[in-house]
Amino acid sequence: MAEQLLQVRNLNVSVEDTELLHGVSLDVNAGETHVLMGPNGAGKSTLGYTLMGNPAYHVTGGSIVFDGEDITGLSADKRAQRGMFLSFQTPLEVPGLTLSAFLLSAMRQKTGKPVKIFAFQKELEETMRLLHMDPSFAERDLNVGLSGGEKKKAEILQLLMLRPKFAILDETDSGLDVDAVRTVSAGIEEYQKKRGGALLVITHSTRILEALSVDYTHVLVKGRLVYTGGPELVDDINEHGFERFEAASAAEKKQ
Amino acid sequence: MAKAKIQEVDRSLYDFKDDESHGFYRMEEGLTADIVGQISDEKHDPDWMREWRLYCLDLYNQMSVPDWGPSIEGLDMDRISSYVRSKSDMKGDWKEVPDEIKNTFEKLGIPQAERESLAGVGAQYDSELVYHNLQEDVAKQGVVYTGFEEAVTGEYSDMVKEYFMKLVPPTDHKFAALHGAVWSGGSFVYVPKGVHVEIPLQSYFRLNAKGAGQFEHTLIIVDEGADLHFIEGCSAPKWNVANLHAGCVELYVKKNARLRYSTIENWSKNMYNLNTKRALVEEGGRMEWVSGSFGSHVSYLYPTTILKGDHSHCEFTGITFAGKGQNLDTGAKMIHIGKDTSSFIDTKSISKSGGISTYRSAVVIEKSAENAKASVSCASLMLDSKSRSDTIPAMTVKTNKADVGHEAKIGRISDEAVFYLMSRGISESEARAMIVSGFANPVSKELPLEYAAEMNNLIRLEMENG
Ligand SMILES: Nc1ncnc2c1ncn2[C@@H]1O[C@H](COP(=O)(O)OP(=O)(O)OP(=O)(O)O)[C@@H](O)[C@H]1O
Ligand SMILES: [Mg+2]
Repeated sequence: MAEQLLQVRNLNVSVEDTELLHGVSLDVNAGETHVLMGPNGAGKSTLGYTLMGNPAYHVTGGSIVFDGEDITGLSADKRAQRGMFLSFQTPLEVPGLTLSAFLLSAMRQKTGKPVKIFAFQKELEETMRLLHMDPSFAERDLNVGLSGGEKKKAEILQLLMLRPKFAILDETDSGLDVDAVRTVSAGIEEYQKKRGGALLVITHSTRILEALSVDYTHVLVKGRLVYTGGPELVDDINEHGFERFEAASAAEKKQ
Repeated sequence: MAKAKIQEVDRSLYDFKDDESHGFYRMEEGLTADIVGQISDEKHDPDWMREWRLYCLDLYNQMSVPDWGPSIEGLDMDRISSYVRSKSDMKGDWKEVPDEIKNTFEKLGIPQAERESLAGVGAQYDSELVYHNLQEDVAKQGVVYTGFEEAVTGEYSDMVKEYFMKLVPPTDHKFAALHGAVWSGGSFVYVPKGVHVEIPLQSYFRLNAKGAGQFEHTLIIVDEGADLHFIEGCSAPKWNVANLHAGCVELYVKKNARLRYSTIENWSKNMYNLNTKRALVEEGGRMEWVSGSFGSHVSYLYPTTILKGDHSHCEFTGITFAGKGQNLDTGAKMIHIGKDTSSFIDTKSISKSGGISTYRSAVVIEKSAENAKASVSCASLMLDSKSRSDTIPAMTVKTNKADVGHEAKIGRISDEAVFYLMSRGISESEARAMIVSGFANPVSKELPLEYAAEMNNLIRLEMENG
């Protein structure tokens, strides 16, 4: 039996007084790759934020269990320390904090152990090379002035350096040119295949999925997971859109 | 490693005091001609200085306290004994410094700093210079670095007389007059023509005794074509009686000379810091200020630069951190007189836990200052909704051949950015500290490494304070 990693049960999520997710359940086992699709505004990013513990998103019902532990009430840093990661749809800029200083500090705090600077530098250089990132980016301020595509690469760099067990990639492929998609895919593949990391990939396209082996595809419409299928569903959606799921969602809501 | 070791965040590094009882004495509190005369006696003032002090005392008694800035009502001059000093004399040898004083300096890292081969250490304990050492190779270059009393009575007394309180006249404001009457301690630096001092000269000032003021005088003359970096560091222990700091810094940058003056002030939270700093820059000269203001209850601090010579230039980089119970009124002033003069002001202010931080600047471009360029940029970061940050920039431009620019930004820490850092395993408090340190980075990167680290520690301490 596959090792259980993440169990989301009947999750209700609100921002201020608006409920955005209505009873979402999801199971991800260690090493699995799940794809999450859905129309704009369906609540995909909301689910990603909630799993990662963004305090603006209130869990009003249900639970999140990670690695056998109920983490529903844990703060984001504690979740990260337990092996969760979120690649942001729009990564934030932090002036005055260099990418390398940030990563070093994150690795120290995440592991609670001192990090060997030399080994860190070497790993950082190698990972940047894999992602075709200019080494000078390490000494630039975190995401400040980076193009959309460069920011996404920087997210994958963090994924590879921080070595989580489970990563949510929120539209990491959007805004990337053809070559960048290939590079970023290679990075994700490294995480998925060589390290056996589990993934929840939020995407609107198939390009990033070509290199990855997908186990399940979920469709989220208006805050509900309305359908779960295999990898073939991705192509189906790309051809036919979300229409039939939207109808299903409307029917479900009526009940 | 050649750098001073910076300890982990530890408030006790900055907050400690010695037992006052040994080897110290205290004069009557309050200020009279008698007391001022006693100071002159103690210091063996030459006649001109004796008269000067009394003249300043008169002015002091006539002038009223400033009413345009933060309130200084809590300051009661009658309770401040203006002159407390250690009985030890100037020491060039660390071994001879009394243990009590040594402990204080040890905690402040002075002996370490010296080991780190800084050029000279003039450390002031209370009002008296107790320890003074100038590295030999610097002295060989003809550089003079002495305690101020020594300068007044010694070989360079004529030079001191020529420059002392000419840039900051006692008529300027009440606390300048007070300073003129009771000044004690401080440094005198003269860098001869063409001499480049490669390593920074460093001085530590420190207030210790209860209710004691500190009135140190710093006079620096960088002669033509010479180059100097002077670092002034301050920290003081915490006492619950009002404390006053009314120091005075006068800087002369001669033709084509360069002076960088870096300060991190970290006064105890009951301190009234009413400090006056001014620079006069001649043709082609270059003045650089790097200024970090931490601590104190109330601060008035606006280093002023007079760009007198053509093509003279000044840069001011500053940061102010106002926490609980603090009202820090800081800024900079640039006066352009010469042609083709340029000035850049770049300041950051942070306020937290109800602290008030006001940035006040004035740029004056005189009619003579054709083709002058001035730019002012100030950013404030408020860490909560209780705290306040204001900017009061003033520009007076008397020629139409000038290029002036001003930019102000007021912001808060973004919750999204905090969440972003936390999602990488960084705790909330650390995430906030990292964002604030990042905000302060343009200032800390101007400081020597050990000072930048100290400043980051101070920021962390302030972030932790409720
Ligand atoms: N912090 C917030 N405050 C208010 N409304 C929000 C907030 N976050 C999300 N929403 C709303 O919740 C809904 C779901 O948004 P979400 O960003 O999760 O959609 P999405 O599925 O990721 O869309 P996209 O494909 O465009 O990225 C939207 O209607 C959005 O406006
Ligand atoms: Mg989204």
